Amino acid sequence: MVDLASWSTRTPPNLVRLVFVALLSIGLMMLDHQGEHLAKIRSALSIALYPFQAVATVPTRTGAWLIEFFRGDRAMREDYEKLRADRPLLLAKLQKYEALEAENVHFRRLLNAAERVSERALVAELLQVGPEPFTRKLVITKGGQHGVYLGQPVIDAFGIMGQVTEVDPYTSRVTLITDPSHAIPVQVNRSGLRAMVFGTGQDAVAVRYLTALADIQVGDLLVSSGIGGGFPAGYPVARVSHIDNDPNEAFLAVDAEPVARLGHNKEVLLIWPGSAAKPPAKK
Amino acid sequence: MNLSSAARGRLTIAASFAAALLLAIVPGPDWAEPFRPEWVGLVLIYWCMATPQRVGVGVGWSVGLMLDVLYGSLLGQHALAKALIAYLTVRFHTQLRMFPRWQQAASVLVLVAINHLLVLWAKALASEAPVGWSYWTPSVVSMLVWPWLFVILRDIRRRAKLA
Repeated sequence: MVDLASWSTRTPPNLVRLVFVALLSIGLMMLDHQGEHLAKIRSALSIALYPFQAVATVPTRTGAWLIEFFRGDRAMREDYEKLRADRPLLLAKLQKYEALEAENVHFRRLLNAAERVSERALVAELLQVGPEPFTRKLVITKGGQHGVYLGQPVIDAFGIMGQVTEVDPYTSRVTLITDPSHAIPVQVNRSGLRAMVFGTGQDAVAVRYLTALADIQVGDLLVSSGIGGGFPAGYPVARVSHIDNDPNEAFLAVDAEPVARLGHNKEVLLIWPGSAAKPPAKK
Repeated sequence: MNLSSAARGRLTIAASFAAALLLAIVPGPDWAEPFRPEWVGLVLIYWCMATPQRVGVGVGWSVGLMLDVLYGSLLGQHALAKALIAYLTVRFHTQLRMFPRWQQAASVLVLVAINHLLVLWAKALASEAPVGWSYWTPSVVSMLVWPWLFVILRDIRRRAKLA
């Protein structure tokens, strides 16, 4: 059954080598966790391994291209007509918005409040969905060369998607709000209650550390509170979908669905919130 | 090409690891994510078992480090996990070779689960551990894939006259 002759039996079980690389790995992890010490090594390795990333995206890119190809002329024309019909509507709304914004600035000035600057934004294309199972990350096509900075908020047309956690010269990695390492300060839009939204690695996010008396209901919209300065205030983050009040637990178990369409975007928006504005170096 | 047999062997092993790394990062639909086998771990286990004098702790660590870079995870966590399963496989390779296929698959389940456990520990220390039991499905899927992968890699090994 088993072809014994072709199996080698010379064995170098190498405990010393294992201990060495284990210590090396632990050292690497600690350095990497502490901050930016390994950024250079990581980006050098990333560049060396870029062919893998490029080849790995071939199937999806081919698929998307084929779908476009076979959808044909008519579907495309329909899309175009729809977009054309939408445009005047959106422009009209925008006019109104501009008027409102001007008015708002005026009132704020009257109130002696800080003027909220409208955010600068830059569109980035999605290069790759982070491949590691049970993490939620994206790779996008804008990097340090475009003025992207660590911790920069990333949004889509519907709400906050996440923040930049790794900047390479031409690409960067975005950690989504559903990633287990992500947390964002929010406010319940209805009641003004402040809370934290944590990623879980699943499609939903969790609102933790709220007691049974907290004023929160299913259907409440959670918007970014702006506390901590990372994210600008007032952007939609998630909508409460489920609340479980177990008397044995110290806190409520609150689940919420992200408002941003995390799994459906081909383009994302990078924003430079007012005070932390670093203008893009290059367009 | 007229490569020496040693060079051809190295090339074969490198190509199989390259294929495993690709399979590990090819994007798939979200629902399929928990069912992706631990390709790199499985290929590593095979080579450590079949050719322990060529593939061991060092190769495992390097491949794991590549995985860390491709995943964008904390550098070293997959490297450490892969080095450990490489060590265990090399240590027990004679037993693993003699096991019937199902018992081999069960051992692979244990090895891959150790790999995932180490990664989970590293993530938990950095407080980025995923929530939920679905984290363990890849280990089970890897066990189910093993018998087929074993046959494929054995054919490749014989064709390359690797021992």
